[in-house]
Amino acid sequence: MADATQAEHKWTMVVDLDKCTGCQACVVACHAENNVPIRNKSEVQANRAQHWIRIERYWVGDPPARARFLPMLCQHCNRAPCEPVCPVYASVHSQREHLNLQVYNRCVGTRYCNNNCPYVVRYFNFYDPYFPAPLTEQLNPDVTVRTAGIMEKCTFCIQRINRAEQQARSEGRDLGPDEVIPACVQTCPPSALLFGDLWNPESRVAKALADNPRALRVLEHLGTEPAIYYLKGGKSYVRF
Amino acid sequence: MSDSDIRAPQQRPSLGEMGLDQQAQLERERHLLVDARPGRELNAMVLEPMMRIGRAFWPAVGVLGFLVLTWWVTWGFQMWWNVGITGLNRVVMWSLYIANYVYLIGIAEAGTFIAAALRLLDIDWRRPISRIAELLTVFCIFASALFPLAHLGRTWKFYWLLPYPNERQLWPNFHSALIWDLTATLSYLATSTLFFYIDLIPDAALARDHVHGWRRTLNSWLALGWRGTERQWRLLKVAQLIFSIGILLIMPSVHTVVSYDFAMTIQPGWHSTVFGPYFVAGAIYSGVAAIIIAAILFQRLNHWSYFIRDEHLNGLGIFLLLTSLVWDYFFFQDFIVPWYGQVPTEKQVLLTMMAGHGQLAFWLMITANAIIPFFTLWWRRVRTSWPAMLAISILIQLGLLLERYIIVTIDLGVRELPFNWGLYQPRAAELIMSTGAVAFIVLGFVVFSKLIPFVVLYEVKEGQFLVQLKRIGKGLIRSKME
Repeated sequence: MADATQAEHKWTMVVDLDKCTGCQACVVACHAENNVPIRNKSEVQANRAQHWIRIERYWVGDPPARARFLPMLCQHCNRAPCEPVCPVYASVHSQREHLNLQVYNRCVGTRYCNNNCPYVVRYFNFYDPYFPAPLTEQLNPDVTVRTAGIMEKCTFCIQRINRAEQQARSEGRDLGPDEVIPACVQTCPPSALLFGDLWNPESRVAKALADNPRALRVLEHLGTEPAIYYLKGGKSYVRF
Repeated sequence: MSDSDIRAPQQRPSLGEMGLDQQAQLERERHLLVDARPGRELNAMVLEPMMRIGRAFWPAVGVLGFLVLTWWVTWGFQMWWNVGITGLNRVVMWSLYIANYVYLIGIAEAGTFIAAALRLLDIDWRRPISRIAELLTVFCIFASALFPLAHLGRTWKFYWLLPYPNERQLWPNFHSALIWDLTATLSYLATSTLFFYIDLIPDAALARDHVHGWRRTLNSWLALGWRGTERQWRLLKVAQLIFSIGILLIMPSVHTVVSYDFAMTIQPGWHSTVFGPYFVAGAIYSGVAAIIIAAILFQRLNHWSYFIRDEHLNGLGIFLLLTSLVWDYFFFQDFIVPWYGQVPTEKQVLLTMMAGHGQLAFWLMITANAIIPFFTLWWRRVRTSWPAMLAISILIQLGLLLERYIIVTIDLGVRELPFNWGLYQPRAAELIMSTGAVAFIVLGFVVFSKLIPFVVLYEVKEGQFLVQLKRIGKGLIRSKME
């Protein structure tokens, strides 16, 4: 068993833009899995919609324009701009999982991290979360419900990563190549989203990215080294 | 610089035409320091408005106090309901609170900076007005320091930003510009408050010796047993020198650190290497304008035409013109480099400012900060007219607040991916808290003007002792003993 602080896996997501239909099933799955509060109409109109993964829609060409979709979630940057700016270390890099984490109970809400995030994928709880009556029955007990005044964002479903790792450890074996599946990946109907360990050559993401000329990372020129690769063919028209 | 240097040669009255008496009369009218009067008279002029509670005092305190109260109540509401009551959104997460912070701390820094710089440069017109500048600093920095706290999502956890020992050995992140900012703001708060206080001691002693009632008790506490011995004066001068030099060093670094809050990010429009000096220039600019406003109001309300004269407005006006030109230069720098670069996102920031939803604020800012001062302040007649100076200074305050507002909210609304372009509009909470902060500063002046002497009287007396009229040939000149 390796050192507990040493990363064993490089969790990576692959988003195939040519497969994405913009159905938003990933958004719903993420809300259900991660206890993401559902904001009401007036809040959404005030541009405070809160989704850890969102489908950015761009129109391409002259009318009748074609809609193109860009699923956008926390990129889990290797060199994340949100991390150095947090005055209280609420936005930190986990050594073990190689992920960018938000420590909810340390966050004081300076919101500096979102200003420095070029992808704008961090969400602030402007009010306390409110779950209407039946929704309280399906809150995920593995995930905290966040209070007002703090930032939150995609965790790559770290609760699922940990559960899979614990399961493998209790059975005395190594983690399988595609054993961890976040909620959005699990639910994606056209399998536009893939998730896995890039360092394991057997994993789906490693296979998908092996010498793939369609692979790119969003805003790569900023040097943030995101952990999410997008696959883009000739027809997807989404330009970065 | 004497007046005769500024006037055109043909306007200068020839010495031969005037008798010595007439010349002396003219000099005394123009210059406070040669218009020496008995100490008793000067004391009365300063202490009498301090003791007198006019008819307007209580209504003013009532209105201002109410505004300050609404500030606190709104803050309380915000803590209860959280930041949702403001106009912030998913994209623009910093707003008027931060703009207010940068604006007020700019005024604050300039106040003491100007007092310290003019003292070290030994510029004589500073003598009566440096207390106003220093007190402006103290109130502005207290008001400004509250805004980052109000801005926090969880205000009650603000102490987590401080490096205090705790069981879990959690420390603040010294890589974060906010921690530098906190350190800088707190050190400036401490230094400028002490600087103000050290300057106050001899005048507090004067008030202690000449007034009665509870003001005497208060001022005798403030005077710390000042007796005016030679050793005390020497210590005071040394302390003032140390603090002046210290403040000259601290002030540019503090405001540079404030600019780092923006410049250290990778947000287009913020990520600019010129932000440090640009912010310092803006800070001094707004500070000079604020001192002019305060000086004119004191001149008018306390009938202090004796202490605050045309020469002071003129000196401040020249200073204002100079800082305005420096600001123009840095603004141009900050503008032309991204414009020439034509990086798409940075170009979009500039377009949003100039032609997008920021255009009203942008062109108003240009008019108030660059155009109006440039086309008015060259003339001595404008600089010595108090209504004109008051109007120009208030416009400059508005322009500089708009400048910070544009930098914070409009730049932040333009992000790398066009899906995330956003618009910010302030709601009642921000507006109430902003007016409350201004009311707090004015209230501070109104209340403190009844507690302590507002003219640095010992410096005026010292100046009047040092500066004498000397006769050379047919003319009189002002000469200063060293």
